[in-house]
Amino acid sequence: MFDNEKLGEIKNSVDIWEREVVEKTVSRFPERKQNFTTGSNSDVDRLYTPLDIEDLDYENDLGLPGEYPFTRGVQPTMYRGRLWTMRQYAGFASAEESNKRYKYLLEQGQTGLSVAFDLPTQIGYDSDNGLSEGEVGKVGVAIDSLKDMEVLFDGIPLDKVSTSMTINSPASILLAMYIAVAEKQGVSKDKLRGTIQNDILKEYIARGTYIFPPEPSMRLITNIFEYCSKEVPQWNTISISGYHIREAGSTAAQEVAFTLADGIAYVEAAIKAGLDVDDFGPRLSFFFNAHNDLLEEVAKYRAARRLWAKIMKERFKAENPKSMQLKFHTQTAGSTLTAQQPDNNIIRVTIQTLAAVLGGTQSLHTNSRDEALALPTEDSVMIALRTQQVVAHEAGVTETVDPLAGSYYVESLTDRIEQEATKYIETIDELGGAPKAIEKGYIQKEIQNAAYRYQMEVESLDRIVVGVNKFHIEESEKKELLKVDKTVEINQREKLADLRKERDNQEVERTLGVLKEKAETDENLMPYILDAVKAYGTLGEIADVLREVFGEYEQSVIL
Amino acid sequence: MDRPIRVLVAKPGLDGHDRGAKVIARSLRDAGMEVIYTGLRQTPEQIVAAAIQEDVDVVALSILSGAHNHLFPKVVNLLREEGVDDMLIIGGGVIPEDDIPFLIESGVESVFTPGTPTKDVVEFIKENLKR
Repeated sequence: MFDNEKLGEIKNSVDIWEREVVEKTVSRFPERKQNFTTGSNSDVDRLYTPLDIEDLDYENDLGLPGEYPFTRGVQPTMYRGRLWTMRQYAGFASAEESNKRYKYLLEQGQTGLSVAFDLPTQIGYDSDNGLSEGEVGKVGVAIDSLKDMEVLFDGIPLDKVSTSMTINSPASILLAMYIAVAEKQGVSKDKLRGTIQNDILKEYIARGTYIFPPEPSMRLITNIFEYCSKEVPQWNTISISGYHIREAGSTAAQEVAFTLADGIAYVEAAIKAGLDVDDFGPRLSFFFNAHNDLLEEVAKYRAARRLWAKIMKERFKAENPKSMQLKFHTQTAGSTLTAQQPDNNIIRVTIQTLAAVLGGTQSLHTNSRDEALALPTEDSVMIALRTQQVVAHEAGVTETVDPLAGSYYVESLTDRIEQEATKYIETIDELGGAPKAIEKGYIQKEIQNAAYRYQMEVESLDRIVVGVNKFHIEESEKKELLKVDKTVEINQREKLADLRKERDNQEVERTLGVLKEKAETDENLMPYILDAVKAYGTLGEIADVLREVFGEYEQSVIL
Repeated sequence: MDRPIRVLVAKPGLDGHDRGAKVIARSLRDAGMEVIYTGLRQTPEQIVAAAIQEDVDVVALSILSGAHNHLFPKVVNLLREEGVDDMLIIGGGVIPEDDIPFLIESGVESVFTPGTPTKDVVEFIKENLKR
């Protein structure tokens, strides 16, 4: 971006400044610490100048918004055209309760839904399974059958909202339920918009709600890719997630690297299953974290976009530019929230919101202040949503596209994160790809090391967390927290017992039998899962059929 | 105190959040203890069986899913049914303050919530060991 002569002059000035100005200042007023680092523990220099980005080639490395390599954003006008989708992840207790919360959020100006399921649902157990005891309705809504799903979306027109569902291993079952509810509303599949998370690899790495071993899991995923490319064309079939990798303690560069390595594995699996990269490429979406180090996070999103564009174009020979666009959802970082002085979390979330927006996110969930203590109350959720609205309408950052581009620091960080991530991806390639690297525990170990290092930094006060290792106060005030009643579990079990009596059990048996047969072949399972769902086969029954054929994943415990 | 303190770090229930459990496991190990980590999704029965088989001095339970009021007491009761009364049982995770008195009453001897320095856990174990 600068000619050599200019760079020479700048270098000269910087050298003189370091020698004559900085040295004097530092000798009289020493800097606060020896080493300055980012939130991910990368070194930060005192000053960034054109010298730090002397290799930056504007056309090739940044380009224009909406154009390859999409560093500056996936749409030409970004938030001048349309703001990001404000999408609060919500769901708890019963379908009735969650339905109420969704309607409340839509009334408050939220523009998309995001469904949180309880753990039994996420792991394919019905609420009356012994393993579900104590977990029903706790971290999300309990869904056992199409019946619950009908209640969950009652009065919410599915052709008008877009719905994101955090569901992975049983994603095909929940997607089938969603399609069936839409049908009952008279909404055809091609009108449905939304996302299923459907990212099993990060479940093995960091999140833990796996059911089946990798191979059949990848098959279910590619079945969904194929089915949706024909039947539900507006649906985002996967949300390749770095969020949980980061929550587990990774650095920003690791978050990019491991997420994109997972992405590579999905693309490879789909191509191997006979799909064309441009048929499913445009429906891939991503999900990233937003931590507190504002500028490092902005650089992270920009680096991820550039790197994915290159991977899709160069490695997979995609031709449709939409296949090369990394579109992503962001959630603010749960792991940065403190149980101490929880109102401080509102400020953390504001910074993280800014990071996501300055990084060009397509949708955003902002965490509530009380989430280090429990599920959020309605008041807390309101503040979290308002935080997004204030940033959107008052902060001025939405008025131009990619406003931090050209910052010597941000561009240099963007480069560095891309380079670090590229190195990790090369190592993972050498290990045989993400599934193999997970099997060997490589990815988990890298994350654990980073998490441990972070904890030690906090304990040695090298890293200050306000209210936790500095600036304490005695807190006596009781906080109002959301509690999930025990009756939810009891009611859910009763509803199941009724369902098992009322439904046409022969039809359930028949559809489950067909599903089992087909699971043993190579056929796409989506239509058969849909049949079983429509017959009111339960989530647990359908998952059990697949467990029988596919077996269950055994976690390799890495410490 | 001839042999090192043995600790079972366990994840009861369906919760997949194990960042905290792993950090604790590693810091206890760095403090000279022998640590066994169960991995995810252990039933209370599996945890009790592992604790007895590994002859541990401490069982450290971690839950972030909200199922602590159900699962923590279950582990304690099963251990008692097996006649075990010399193991120190502690817990941690996203646990509301209001629930802690009940858990303590149920036999969990201390509950560590987010933000606890690992050295506090190490000290607590050393001071409250039952053998």
